Amino acid sequence: MQPYTKHESIAALMNRSNVDTDQIIPKQFLKKVERSGFGVHLFHDWRYNDDGVTPNPEFELNKPAFQGAKILVAGDNFGCGSSREHAPWAIADYGFNTIISTSYADIFYNNCFKNGILAIIVSQAQLDTLMAEIASNEGGKFIVDLENRQVTTPAGNGFTFEIDPFRQGNLLSGLDDIGLTLKHVDKIDQYEAQHKQNYPWLWA
Amino acid sequence: MKKTMYEKIWDSHLVVDVEGQAPVIYVDRHLMHEVTSPQAFEGLKISGRKVRNPHSILATMDHCVPTKNRNLPIADLIARKQIETMAENCLENGLNLYDMKSPNNGVIHVVVPEHGFVHPGMVVVCGDSHTATHGAFGALAFGIGTSEVEHVMATQTLPQKKSKTMLVQVNGELSKYSTAKDIALAIIGKIGTAGGTGYVIEYAGDAIKALSMEGRMTLCNMAIEAGARAGLVAPDEKTYEYLNGKEFAPKGDNWELALAYWKSLPSDTGAEFDTVITLNAADIAPQVSWGTSPEQVIGVDANVPAPESFDNEGKRKACESALAYMGLTANMPITDIKIDYVFIGSCTNGRIEDFRSAAEVAKGTKVADGVTAIVVPGSYHVKEQAEKEGLDKIFIDAGWEWREPGCSMCLAMNGDELSKGQRCASTSNRNFEGRQGKGGRTHLVSPAMAAAAAAAGHFVDIRKL
Ligand code: SF4
Repeated sequence: MQPYTKHESIAALMNRSNVDTDQIIPKQFLKKVERSGFGVHLFHDWRYNDDGVTPNPEFELNKPAFQGAKILVAGDNFGCGSSREHAPWAIADYGFNTIISTSYADIFYNNCFKNGILAIIVSQAQLDTLMAEIASNEGGKFIVDLENRQVTTPAGNGFTFEIDPFRQGNLLSGLDDIGLTLKHVDKIDQYEAQHKQNYPWLWA
Repeated sequence: MKKTMYEKIWDSHLVVDVEGQAPVIYVDRHLMHEVTSPQAFEGLKISGRKVRNPHSILATMDHCVPTKNRNLPIADLIARKQIETMAENCLENGLNLYDMKSPNNGVIHVVVPEHGFVHPGMVVVCGDSHTATHGAFGALAFGIGTSEVEHVMATQTLPQKKSKTMLVQVNGELSKYSTAKDIALAIIGKIGTAGGTGYVIEYAGDAIKALSMEGRMTLCNMAIEAGARAGLVAPDEKTYEYLNGKEFAPKGDNWELALAYWKSLPSDTGAEFDTVITLNAADIAPQVSWGTSPEQVIGVDANVPAPESFDNEGKRKACESALAYMGLTANMPITDIKIDYVFIGSCTNGRIEDFRSAAEVAKGTKVADGVTAIVVPGSYHVKEQAEKEGLDKIFIDAGWEWREPGCSMCLAMNGDELSKGQRCASTSNRNFEGRQGKGGRTHLVSPAMAAAAAAAGHFVDIRKL
């Protein structure tokens, strides 16, 4: 995983609630056995015309002003639906490394951090302000500073956000969760030995 | 201290609990299917790690498998590759796989209970959000992403944040024509698809106790649609009876040991939940979803809501766009909605009791003109049992197609799908835009409601049949 660094980027606006994982990456793209190459399929059904190839000019992320955005600002309950990690893979592969919303579905939220995506939670009032700012200044650049938990915007609507220090640390260092857990392998061994005594039927 | 069932399971599975790090919990059972595992195996191989406990894993193939012509090679080459990769990965790592041709094959969440692989008090994970199904046994069962699948394979543990607890109390008695599916939908209608976010829900009350194990599976299956991490039902005599004698259930002395442990699991009387929701079962009419989110649901005797009827801007907008996508007009009676397709199946409603209840309604009817109706058993064992009882004949005589098991039109990955604008009465769990095919329109209902709609060509109130 790439370490997450402080960066400046266009913020793209997606003013929709309950954006579900079937929209983020429709199921016809889940058959691949690799992790990469999902970016072109991100939001496929909204993003492309019926031919599945030409871009739908109505779709917000196709606006010229949003090209190259690394930050996605979206409505509440983002990423609801299935556990498919293809959703954050597609988001990251497309180029986003930051999402700002009022809430996320649990599994999706976890999956983001495992793929180097910072999912920031803001209040509804903050979100409304940010959305209004982007709508009036499409292509404006935000700065995200994870170390100081700070977002800065061109119109001065910046804010500090909360994040679990553990997630923050992992993103900043790009550390892999498995390695981290395996530092405690002795504890796992111990637990397992005890488990075999307590629940012998699980090991029969 | 008085503990909820969730807290008991959590406490007994805590492996690492240190400052500055997410708690790490132990995983007893790991379920797998072909879609969310290949990249995890790849990751494992790249990092030179091994599957820590192969015996904790049960795998199946369900999402991409064809429900027709199962003996022919899969025509979709990418799907075929995914299936082959699954077989290779399982072979290489010594995992128990019920492949496409196995008599045990079926949808993972249907197959696992059939073999008694999940018991009360376990922590169970799967790279699949409907893992919540197994909460019916009083197991803490939840969906995980592919990185987590890899994590569990390598360490048999998972870093987790402790959830809040929600008690959903369903009192009284369900009317004859309402089912576990209707309870599930009514709850989501009440609390919303984000209502359970951050929570593990425990379902309790007389109406829940009265449900069969299969009904409880249907109910817990849809906990995820309420946004919850997992759903739980306290184990009781029905649970023990269901498990007794199944392949992976404890045997002999172990059965007695296990039973004593299981009996200690239900929430202590007086244990506190962070939130409590109460519903009256008698008020729950057969439900029909009208929109593109499972919370957009209403009783069959009601009308399609109008955007103005919602008190918040977000919901008004969501209603407007759902009506446009679904091709419905505000205030029209639900029973005026005409359908083109009917799908009975999935891990929500693909079990034998679901087919019995649908067959009872379908018996002696004919599928309405212009309607295609398919029945897809949740597993080969369900299929076999249904055929033994002659249910297949009832459906076939009524003009339904009787298929091989799989996820099929629940997510339309295997080629079974709606075409643009087609409307489906479906017993599955998600009515998202495009879920059953691009431009397809999904209405979530119980199996009996689906069967009634197939014969009429539109939704009908089964209480009036
Ligand atoms: S039947 Fe549907 S919900 Fe269940 S596992 Fe298959 S795709 Fe997922």
